[in-house]
Amino acid sequence: MAGVRAVGILSRFATSKYSRLSGHGHRSLSMSSSLLARTYANYEIKDGVAVIRINDPNSKVNTLSKPLQAEMTEILEEIWGNSAVKGAVLISSKPGSFIAGADLNMIQACKSAEEVTTLSQEGQKMFDKIEKSPIPIVAAINGSCLGGGLEFAIACQYRLATKSKKTVLGTPEVMLGLLPGAGGTQRLPKMLGIPAAFDMMLTGRNIRPDKAKKMGLVHQLVDPLGPGLKSPEEATIQYLETVAIEAAKNLANKKLSVKKEKGLVQKLQDMVMGLPFVRKQIYNMVTKKVMGQTKGLYPAPLKIIECVQTGIEKGTTAGSLAESVNFGNLAMTSESLALRGLYHGQVACKKNNFGSPARDVKNLAVLGAGLMGAGIAQVTFDKSVRTILKDTTVEGLTRGQQQVYKGLNDKTKKKAITSFQRDTTMSFLTGQLDYRGFDQADMVIEAVFEDLNVKHKVIKEVEAVIPPHCIFATNTSALPIKEIAAASKRPEKVIGMHYFSPVDKMQLLEIITTDKTSKDTTASAVAVGLKQGKIIIVVGDGPGFYTTRCLAAMLAEAVRVLQEGVGPKKLDALTKGLGFPVGGAALADEVGIDVAAHVAEDLGKALGSRFGGGNVEVLKTMVQKGYKGRKSGKGCYVYEKKSKDKKVNPGVEEILKAYQLKPAPSVSGDEDVQYRLLSRFVNESVLCLQEGILPDPVQGDIGAVFGLGFPPCLGGPFRFVDSFGADKLVQKMHRYEEVYGNQFSPCQLLLDHAKDSNKRFHK
Amino acid sequence: RFVFRMFVMTKTKKTLAKPNVKNIVLVDGVRTPFLLSGTSYSDLMPHDLGRGALQGLLNRTGVPKEIVDHIIYGIVIQEVKTSNVAREAALGAGFSDKTPAHTVTMACISSNQAMTSAVGLIAAGQCDVVVAGGVEFMSDVPIRHSRKMRKTMLSLNKAKTLGQRLSLLGSIRMGHLMPELPAVAEFSTAESMGHSADRLAAAFGVTRVEQDEYALRSHRLAKKAQDEGLLSDIISFQVPGKNIISADNGIRPTSMEQMGKLKPAFVKPHGTVTAANSSFLTDGASAVLIMSEEKALALGYKPKAYLRDFVYVSQDPKDQLLLGPTYATPKVLEKSGLTMEDIDVFEFHEAFAGQIVANLKAMDSDWFAQNCMGRKSKVGVPPMEKFNTWGGSLSLGHPFAATGCRLVTTVAHRLQKEGGQYGVVAACAAGGQVFLTCRLLIHAVYAVTAIRLSSACL
Repeated sequence: MAGVRAVGILSRFATSKYSRLSGHGHRSLSMSSSLLARTYANYEIKDGVAVIRINDPNSKVNTLSKPLQAEMTEILEEIWGNSAVKGAVLISSKPGSFIAGADLNMIQACKSAEEVTTLSQEGQKMFDKIEKSPIPIVAAINGSCLGGGLEFAIACQYRLATKSKKTVLGTPEVMLGLLPGAGGTQRLPKMLGIPAAFDMMLTGRNIRPDKAKKMGLVHQLVDPLGPGLKSPEEATIQYLETVAIEAAKNLANKKLSVKKEKGLVQKLQDMVMGLPFVRKQIYNMVTKKVMGQTKGLYPAPLKIIECVQTGIEKGTTAGSLAESVNFGNLAMTSESLALRGLYHGQVACKKNNFGSPARDVKNLAVLGAGLMGAGIAQVTFDKSVRTILKDTTVEGLTRGQQQVYKGLNDKTKKKAITSFQRDTTMSFLTGQLDYRGFDQADMVIEAVFEDLNVKHKVIKEVEAVIPPHCIFATNTSALPIKEIAAASKRPEKVIGMHYFSPVDKMQLLEIITTDKTSKDTTASAVAVGLKQGKIIIVVGDGPGFYTTRCLAAMLAEAVRVLQEGVGPKKLDALTKGLGFPVGGAALADEVGIDVAAHVAEDLGKALGSRFGGGNVEVLKTMVQKGYKGRKSGKGCYVYEKKSKDKKVNPGVEEILKAYQLKPAPSVSGDEDVQYRLLSRFVNESVLCLQEGILPDPVQGDIGAVFGLGFPPCLGGPFRFVDSFGADKLVQKMHRYEEVYGNQFSPCQLLLDHAKDSNKRFHK
Repeated sequence: RFVFRMFVMTKTKKTLAKPNVKNIVLVDGVRTPFLLSGTSYSDLMPHDLGRGALQGLLNRTGVPKEIVDHIIYGIVIQEVKTSNVAREAALGAGFSDKTPAHTVTMACISSNQAMTSAVGLIAAGQCDVVVAGGVEFMSDVPIRHSRKMRKTMLSLNKAKTLGQRLSLLGSIRMGHLMPELPAVAEFSTAESMGHSADRLAAAFGVTRVEQDEYALRSHRLAKKAQDEGLLSDIISFQVPGKNIISADNGIRPTSMEQMGKLKPAFVKPHGTVTAANSSFLTDGASAVLIMSEEKALALGYKPKAYLRDFVYVSQDPKDQLLLGPTYATPKVLEKSGLTMEDIDVFEFHEAFAGQIVANLKAMDSDWFAQNCMGRKSKVGVPPMEKFNTWGGSLSLGHPFAATGCRLVTTVAHRLQKEGGQYGVVAACAAGGQVFLTCRLLIHAVYAVTAIRLSSACL
């Protein structure tokens, strides 16, 4: 049943409906349509095929907005009414975007779930009509075909996609706390089979053209072209159009069929899926998996499962209804609001607000080939920036270069790049022990040991060899930049660039400016970060800047919780229960216990008793015993290769016993422990905004989520205060304050928000 | 892609001789018949064909073996047993064992590389008489064991005990037995050449009909040249112990209808490059005799052509793999102070009909000249009545490393036959997209006498 190709059904509909719809054909056929200039979409008739071109004049990408839908409906009516048109091609005039998704503002503008449901139903209706089109419609996809754009494409009778790097297909709605609300949950299972459809909708992952062809999501692939009589982009679109017109003609005269012979495996799979108890088993399995991964904190995946199940078991009408109603409800959840906020925030943090720098960074040097240094090099040289990786020892350099090579080689193994591309890319990296070539450097990023004296020594050495325009960036997680810059002859060229480990995976870059850092230096650092593919927040200088400071506050509480007898496993379960992707104890191991101890001590000194709570000696003792976290094989947990199940380090249990504290029963329930951890994080964030370390709440939310794993379902500390209520949070904090003292004193800005419920961080 | 320009000079035109540079001449050139691979040559080895061409050159020119200073031979798909195929072929052909020989490779312009290396040796004063050529043998290609299997077999050599050997043998799995074919794709881009040609044709808007028409033209012209006996560079080749081969067997002028029936060979289902409008896998060898002018004259030869300028260029191997001729032709013309109008004979290597038409369109495009070549205006298109008029690689065949010498010899012969003065050869090659333009300058007087000379030799 699932194996019946949707397109197959459609073509049957198509023939039966043809006579009826062509009855509308009283419109003049004199191509008046092509003269009628529309804003978002236009069409012309070529050789009996209507070529509909989408081009949003106000944006770099096409989105499925109300005006586009309206124009599209008009066009389709005209085409269906024109008996000279035997087929249609849907194509975008923009090189990098077919349709990137539905217009989020359209959903944002809705006041109630019902309004959103209506939106969804309008989309469903339009796509149903397209699915039942009397003439074949070919979606010619070049660039992003996501969300509503994909739902549009799968309603068409045939899909062509270019193999361009920019072509991706997917249903990312789940990442915005939504579901594919315009027929996606109904069509995809029929088209791809239930397991593949679940995978696509529940992960929201981007699907590359080759994979899409293999899955049956598109029928035919077209290669991108090089320069010819036009630019490659134009030539490719034109080629795609030509091939699509040919396909439309062949579909119309039945030379091309969308039905595909099924292989044995496919037939078997269909047969198995035809058994109700097998399907039930699948629903249960998927639900269980989703619950395991989301801890029930995200409603959207469960609703997707529900919609698919309803559609398969009770028919498409019931399924579509479930889809639109759930879509409406999901749009109103705080989770979706939070995720959409993050989406917008992330877009905002991928722009350079400091203008374009005076010169492009073409040569970059990284000092220190440790985990961080090599990681920074890794995300730099593959963007065609000549990169020097310098270390002081052959062993260190070798390790770093191996890390870099492994990163690229893994991409080769996954076939993201060819071995040849890997090798030519490697030629952009030079590993060395001396300062050769630094006279050409436009930027130096140091990632040496976190010790002020070492940093001072390095800055002096480097400044002796670099050209005057070269920027000196320091990658530190806690040392104040102005203290590092104190050793510099040119503090306006010094800036902090705080990367997160592992650099190639973590998306955030926290840039720290001092009051002496010049605007051009900042612009240049942001430009480099953007080139490296980072999401960037730019914050002021101070102990721990923004991210480290918030994390340190929470970790201090986590240590206290451990001292109070909550084991590392329980602590992890509690933090993950809040929505953190990594538990508190595991996170400390990842960061490194030595780094955590260092930071805790420094911040404790600089910011006083607010950073108290857990005893720093616990961390220090761990470091003394060699429990430095994952990198040393032992931290809170014991790390063994191959073993998946982490065991708690018995050595740590002993240490914790030695520093045992008596828990206060009134604030030690599971929920209270969670809020103790969360509130210290959030309070510190708000304080950073109050003190001007953070320029705005958006960057605060983005930094917390993308750098520290703050629960995405809460949308970041500021979004959390807005949705949870500052007053409720302050109440809880006061309770904890009574027991533990000023570590839980809410900051002034938080108190202001608690007093006035109209005050919100996000509009 | 490899392009040669040949020019015949009259008294009114300049000789293009360069001060303080020796004049270098093509004494003569020959080739074996080019056969579809898997036909009459199929049981041979590459050096056998090379031997045939070299022996033919010896016979036709009567050059004394002991005066040959050096032999350079090109090949693309190498037989591992004869990795220096130049030496094996030369010894087999009866050249002196005192004459050094080396092998060069540069994809489809390997024999162009052999010839220009010879020009270099003579110009540098190191040699006076050099034989250059190339061979390709596609009836047999080295198919290897998989890397895993090779590794196991090599370890087996080193295994000392029976136990070690048995454990190695025991480690062989089904996957080990999968053979490895020689790469049909560009190493750097993993794209096959046919695929690249199809994309190139699309980028220049070359239709299927245009390609089929061009391919048909090539076959018809080749047939005509064959029937009229113009392909005089061919020497007969006796397959050892079998019959004598004296004509190419890939020329097959059909009809547009027949060609139109074929399905695309590389890009499916919408591609335009088919088996009929591509050059086919071919076995064949060629050879030329190159000397300094003074040596040739001293030996009593009437050379067929001057070899003057040559240019190699390279471009992006992904999107411009087959566009070499467009880039190199204007360069070599500028180098010699000539214009497109001065040229009497064009011989361009035809890898694919789509690629030739794309190059012609590129040469006719201001956009391409301005945006891709950094020129002010378009290169200009060679007139078709001067272009590959005796057929080309599409019809005669394309034994990769043998094609270059065929193109040069053909230009010399066409200049003589048609009374022209200047000729140009161009060819594209895989890999770095190397494009070599070699300009040959033929002196009219020599051209005429050279024919007499060759007939005397025969």
